[in-house]
Amino acid sequence: MSGVQQLQAAPRTGWHVAEVVETRRETPSAARITLDVDGWPGNLAGQHLDVRLTAPDGYTATRSYSIASSGDGERVVLAVDRLPDGEVSPFLVDELRAGDRLEVHGPLGAFFVWRPPADGGTGRPVQLIAGGSGVVPLVAIARAHAEAGDATPFRLLYSVRTPDDVFFADELETAARGPAPFAVEFVYTRRAPAGTDAPVGRITRERLAAGVIGADAAPVVYVCGSTGFVERVAGWLIELGHHQTAIRTERYGGT
Amino acid sequence: MSFITRGFSGRSRERDERLPPGQTLVHDFPVLSAGPTPEVDTADWEFTIRTESGERRWSWDEFMRLEIEDVTTDIHCVTHWSKLGTSWRGVSLDTLFADVETDYDYVMAHSYGGYTTNVPLDELLDGKAWVAFEFDGEPLDPEHGGPARLLVPHLYFWKSAKWVRGLEMQPSDDPGFWEQNGYHLHGDPWKEERYW
Ligand SMILES: Cc1cc2nc3c(=O)[nH]c(=O)nc-3n(C[C@H](O)[C@H](O)[C@H](O)COP(=O)(O)OP(=O)(O)OC[C@H]3O[C@@H](n4cnc5c(N)ncnc54)[C@H](O)[C@@H]3O)c2cc1C
Repeated sequence: MSGVQQLQAAPRTGWHVAEVVETRRETPSAARITLDVDGWPGNLAGQHLDVRLTAPDGYTATRSYSIASSGDGERVVLAVDRLPDGEVSPFLVDELRAGDRLEVHGPLGAFFVWRPPADGGTGRPVQLIAGGSGVVPLVAIARAHAEAGDATPFRLLYSVRTPDDVFFADELETAARGPAPFAVEFVYTRRAPAGTDAPVGRITRERLAAGVIGADAAPVVYVCGSTGFVERVAGWLIELGHHQTAIRTERYGGT
Repeated sequence: MSFITRGFSGRSRERDERLPPGQTLVHDFPVLSAGPTPEVDTADWEFTIRTESGERRWSWDEFMRLEIEDVTTDIHCVTHWSKLGTSWRGVSLDTLFADVETDYDYVMAHSYGGYTTNVPLDELLDGKAWVAFEFDGEPLDPEHGGPARLLVPHLYFWKSAKWVRGLEMQPSDDPGFWEQNGYHLHGDPWKEERYW
């Protein structure tokens, strides 16, 4: 498809007023925020939006956040991790409450997205790889896969500090139990669940090789997390024989 | 339209005149790209300018013999960060286009790894753009586009194609990679031309 046709086919983005419907603790350092967005055109699984906050003196701060939900409707779910010295994330995690309003711009991004195969058939296998809050768009993709009842094999490799830091634990478990083929594997960087002897530590090339769909199955791979995480993982994937064009990355900044 | 979000005060930092609207100052150097980092050896590196009538080509060694400029400039990423006063070395596009003849007004930049981005030619000439191969006195890191990247500091940084391998003249302003994926065709940070 030519670029021009794509430009015409995608919905237009814009600024919208969002009202906070609910905010709740997702992990000790993160909040799940549900927004009601006036005029939201719906979004694809994997897209993000920009949040704009305005202070009484007119100062504004804008940050990007992945969307954990997808589909039609004006409800949008985000999950934000607090960076202790951050400007925006501590406010969103600790201060924001139901009834507050903010502005959002989106949906944004048309590359780091997943669509169920149009003919209902089996697509190329999908490997999702997340570091920390980088799981958010991958949760949207996993849920879209589950809802479509799509037969494409999916796997998620999720690097997370401790079991308490897992985002959307229930949703991931539901997806893993559902009829759509979906498997989750965790890499715990600080503490594994009690009673298991899962190794603890940062992801290595060997863990990656053992935990992802092999290059011979030609999966599409989505990698999301901090810049350092994505750089490392994407570099190893290439070494393991995955094709450059089969790897999609979303980098959250930071190291 | 903009309104106050209850309880948000921001860092009440001084507003820096050099920051375009919606940008936040950073001191590190974030990395954003659509895929993995290509590794390109300078021994294999080539740079081409292709026009309707032919092709001009430089090897790394030939490129290094061109006139090299020091550039200090602010840079602005569409994901809201800006860095001020960054220092680069590279070859001006005025130098590269000095003996290139073309009737086309638009350029598609092509990168190792397949990335593309479109820029009108007059946004690249008159001291506005370089092919840069040093950052902060060091060879450009692969992560940041090394061995060489386009540097078009007055547009959002996705126009400054990393791992650049050549420029292709074209008669119309066809969208490149991010432009097909929702980003603005032009990308002026002062007008907040982020998305179409
Ligand atoms: C496309 C996209 C989607 C994103 N989605 C999410 C999401 O779903 N959930 C989420 O929690 N965050 C997400 N982020 C990151 C988010 O946009 C902010 O960068 C983050 O919330 C920090 O903002 P802040 O204002 O609190 O910190 P800032 O005040 O901007 O920064 C504080 C310090 O931390 C550094 N820093 C900035 N970002 C990070 C980071 N991610 N990790 C480590 N250090 C960092 C800065 O360089 C600075 O030194 C996403 C980013 C992008 C580009």
